[in-house]
Amino acid sequence: MSTRLATHGRLLNKDRAIRFTFNGKQLKGFEGDTLASALLANDQMLVGRSFKYHRPRGIVAAGVEEPNALVNLGVEGHFEPNQRATTTELFEGLLATSQNHWPSLEFDVGAINAKLSRFMPAGFYYKMFIHPRPLWKHVYEPFIRQAAGLGQAPKGRDFDSYEHFYPFCDVLVIGGGIAGLHAAKAAAQSGAKVIVLEQTAHWGGRAPVDGGEVDGKPVDNVVDELIAELSEMENVTLRARTMGAGVYDHGYVLGYERLTDHQPDADGPRHRLWRIRAGQVVTATGAIERPLSFAGNDIPGVMLASAVRDYVVNYGVCAGDRTVVVTNNDDAYRTAIVLKNAGLTVPVILDARSLSEDSALVAEAKAAGIRVMMGHGVSKVLGGKRVTGVAICAQAGEGAVLEEVACDAVAMSGGWSPVVHLWSHCGGKLIWDNNFAMFRPDVDKAPKGADGAPFVSPAGAANGHFGLMELLGDAHAMGQGAAKAAGFEPKRASAPEGSCVDQAPMAPVWLMPQGASVALRSKSWLDYQNDVKVSDVQLAAQEGFESVEHAKRYTTLGMATDQGKMSNINGLAILSDALNQPIPQTGTTTFRPPYTPISMGAIGGEARGDVFQPIRRTPMHDWHDANGADWEPVGQWRRPYAFVRSGERVHDAVMREVRNTREHLGLLDASTLGKIIVKGPDAGKFLDMLYTNVMSTLKPGKCRYGLMCSENGFLVDDGVVARIDEDTFLCHTTTGGAESIHAHMEEWLQTEWWEWKVYVANVTEQYAQIAVVGPNARKALETLGGMDVSKEALGFMEWADGSLGGFDVRVYRISFSGELSYEIAVRASEGQAFWDALMAAGEDLGVMPYGTEALHILRAEKGFIMIGDETDGTVIPQDLGLHWALSKKKEDYLGKRAHTRTHMSDPERWQLVGLETLDGSVLPDGAYAVAAGTNANGQKNVQGRVTSSYHSPNLDKGIAMGLVLHGPDRMGEVIDFPGTDGKTYQAKIVSAVFYDPEGEKQNV
Amino acid sequence: MSNAVSAMHGATWSDGIADIAEAPLQGMITLRADMKDKAVKKAIAAATKVEMPGPGQANGVGDRGLCWMSPDEFLLLCPYDTVAADLARIQTALAKTHALAVNVSDARALFRVSGPAARDVMAKLAPVDLSPAVFQPGMFRRTRLAQVAAAFWMPNADTFQIVCFRSHAQYMFDLLKTAARKGSKVGAF
Repeated sequence: MSTRLATHGRLLNKDRAIRFTFNGKQLKGFEGDTLASALLANDQMLVGRSFKYHRPRGIVAAGVEEPNALVNLGVEGHFEPNQRATTTELFEGLLATSQNHWPSLEFDVGAINAKLSRFMPAGFYYKMFIHPRPLWKHVYEPFIRQAAGLGQAPKGRDFDSYEHFYPFCDVLVIGGGIAGLHAAKAAAQSGAKVIVLEQTAHWGGRAPVDGGEVDGKPVDNVVDELIAELSEMENVTLRARTMGAGVYDHGYVLGYERLTDHQPDADGPRHRLWRIRAGQVVTATGAIERPLSFAGNDIPGVMLASAVRDYVVNYGVCAGDRTVVVTNNDDAYRTAIVLKNAGLTVPVILDARSLSEDSALVAEAKAAGIRVMMGHGVSKVLGGKRVTGVAICAQAGEGAVLEEVACDAVAMSGGWSPVVHLWSHCGGKLIWDNNFAMFRPDVDKAPKGADGAPFVSPAGAANGHFGLMELLGDAHAMGQGAAKAAGFEPKRASAPEGSCVDQAPMAPVWLMPQGASVALRSKSWLDYQNDVKVSDVQLAAQEGFESVEHAKRYTTLGMATDQGKMSNINGLAILSDALNQPIPQTGTTTFRPPYTPISMGAIGGEARGDVFQPIRRTPMHDWHDANGADWEPVGQWRRPYAFVRSGERVHDAVMREVRNTREHLGLLDASTLGKIIVKGPDAGKFLDMLYTNVMSTLKPGKCRYGLMCSENGFLVDDGVVARIDEDTFLCHTTTGGAESIHAHMEEWLQTEWWEWKVYVANVTEQYAQIAVVGPNARKALETLGGMDVSKEALGFMEWADGSLGGFDVRVYRISFSGELSYEIAVRASEGQAFWDALMAAGEDLGVMPYGTEALHILRAEKGFIMIGDETDGTVIPQDLGLHWALSKKKEDYLGKRAHTRTHMSDPERWQLVGLETLDGSVLPDGAYAVAAGTNANGQKNVQGRVTSSYHSPNLDKGIAMGLVLHGPDRMGEVIDFPGTDGKTYQAKIVSAVFYDPEGEKQNV
Repeated sequence: MSNAVSAMHGATWSDGIADIAEAPLQGMITLRADMKDKAVKKAIAAATKVEMPGPGQANGVGDRGLCWMSPDEFLLLCPYDTVAADLARIQTALAKTHALAVNVSDARALFRVSGPAARDVMAKLAPVDLSPAVFQPGMFRRTRLAQVAAAFWMPNADTFQIVCFRSHAQYMFDLLKTAARKGSKVGAF
């Protein structure tokens, strides 16, 4: 059984017990434990079921590479699935449950899949469920989704908060092990600004566990000294619990800081995403131990040798009383020695190698009285939910059992793989190292920055240097090199002297025993999390999936949440063997960020709740809100759709507002309309190019409506232009167009017409603009008193500066409703006060505010087009009967040439008309008019569509506009619009101007 | 005139790691001209009495300041009440050159983030190097804060003054409060 030792546990505070719950069981750990170490201390070896076959799975590793121990953490708004127990720090009240089993962890019905595993090889789903086609979507997929999968997605709102942070540094060191810390020191001594990120809560990485000396001092003391020294340096920032998640172009690196995962009751954000800009990046990301592929290597109790050692040294936990060590290298002997020194039993070390003489570690193990069997390995592990023993065989043979040894844990080591992920994210290349049977960074092919110079350097174990001596030398050189590359002069200092342990070479072992039978290979796991075995990869190769990327996708090797941290190299070695080619020729799959999964919350950062999106508010927003505004999003703005009175339906409010505006007086908050100042000697020329009609002839004091097209001729915006003085124009744009048209203007001025003397400024928000509309509009302004707003003083399409009710105003006499109408601009800071003054002045004149829907109906009654309704990016002015606004005099304007393209001048283009249903009902918006016959897809032919449709309260019937084939030539014709409600609406083609066609109402 | 009110009516908040306050109305004039042109330089200097700022800088004399927005755009800060007079003076001074001067005082909202952790708050929102060695009083930055356009400078060592569009005032206030919430000190400066 796994249990807590009386001694050991360098990371624990044994004075502070911590209670937690796993699958409803109350358990106890210590401060400093991870969830994994605490579970082991409580003999909870079984922690989950595998993805496909629902095999019992236990903790294998002690770090981020853990593939099995994924748990659900927390409840409700704190619930999160797929959390690795090995990287979850224990806290009081922690709630964890295991995943992927039904009905319980101990008894899982899905385990029947394991019995059927022979019938579910790689590619099983592809082969089995392809026919008949429709069954996939309706039967197979829902069933498989139910059966497969890991944790469940959280359902409720996340209670936690998150944020981003933008740090900058000269040298970023990823990894706070001995190599990272020393590289940081070497870089920081140059004066460079250095940030060091460490993913765990502890500094020093493996060094304090594996031991050794630096400059004659024990390595864990050296780590403490380094931390003390770096903490003192002004130019160094140390950050634990922060993982380097991804390296991107231009020295952009994401760091993932976990602030309250280990203290959920603390204030502040749970995660913080560091969006770092670094001059140089040092990846001191260490190495990950590989498992060995033997039958039953997934049975709970089989663990990585380094993890077994970590649990003893760091947490005072042993995986078992009797641990068999199986290895192809010297490093695993450290585990055997640590176990022996802790008073535990190591019945045998199975070493797949045959060494001619004992290396230092082998000799030390033998001296400690441990039996060592060279040239031997595991034929298979005995046990089901727990290891009960191993069957020993010769590594060279086919697995004939020589001896069975009882044990309750197996510590395996297949060698080490440098963590090259962050090196590779941005294009760093790898080379195969035959001595260590691993891929290591090819330092001559580093990721390069915009200047063509390398910006990432690997250091220490991440660069394939494992002994303290080589590792520190490398870290020193890389730290100094990074500082130099960042433009600093490294201090002249030599690397510290790390102690050296002579090790015998490791031997690559990709399968144990070498000639394992199919039966054994079918139980030799490569990818624990996705249930991929040696036999699956061999099958993939046999079936022609020769590219490593294809084999990965066919078998799902390395595709789980751990992205194959433990399994990838073993998998591609098996693939290479099956293809009979060297490993480097097979290559690796692509390393993509993030290094381990990061929370969606961290990515979203602060953008949730009130600040999910910026909502733009006009100066009168609060008044609207307090007066029944039914809000409509228009771009980022919120505009009142209608002002709904109590007891009123929204539709009734709209009808009331439309009628009142035609009969009395309406106020519209038009502040959101874009207002762009265009000034300079060439302003007129510039506007003549931007608008389809002529603006340069406009007289100061006058207004003109204009259309803007893109260079491809499509209508992009419209609005009224006012000439302020000889050099200055004010262009109104649509609400959504203010920023884009401003940018459009700047783009043309900066890239094409840069010699023209024109400056533009977006002054949209400087003004609150209120449309005062209706027969009583002039009376209302006269009530306020001030400037002369009579027909004679201020005619239609004129503007004037003046004063009304004591406010400085600019009054535009323009109309989008067909009524007598003034649009009045005041300083935004006075917007609410002016609105109040207008409401008071209009009190006896029947004033009512109206919203955007009333605005739409008023303009539709007059046949005025709306950008975004009548246009959709494919419509040109000619489609809308706006030929009058296309200047024939001008030599050029944006869109002019495009309009001569054959498709643009095609008489078959649908044209704008009015539409009236025969029964007065409202045509469905967007409905298509059908024509005789069908198209190539067997669909009915179409001959037009509805672009705007409303009920007009003034005309008491439905009115609509639409684009119809040859529409203007077909007045009076009735066409059919099938609705999605099953009815067919019959509508007559009419003029688009439904109301006051002579324009008498605005001309007063 | 007394009718003028700022977007957030001077809202304040001090329940976190930094104090947040909406500042009173501020006169602001956008100046666009060829800033390398001698006549332009002379006219701006004469009309504002403030030395022309270099890239990324803000210069101030008394209650007037000039901020560098882009190679051909400055932002002039002046008292809200004198903006009309300042604008007229500049327009007169620049009458003979190609230039644009326009009042944007009411298009903006102004916020102040203050306290020892003010840099932390700002560095959560703006992709700008805000370490004390790099960003100091006298500097000016036109950038973004989370999802909206903004510009800021430091009136003193632990205060930031932020300009954003008036329509974003509520978002900015909420955003700054979020970034300054309790327990969220970064401690990286």
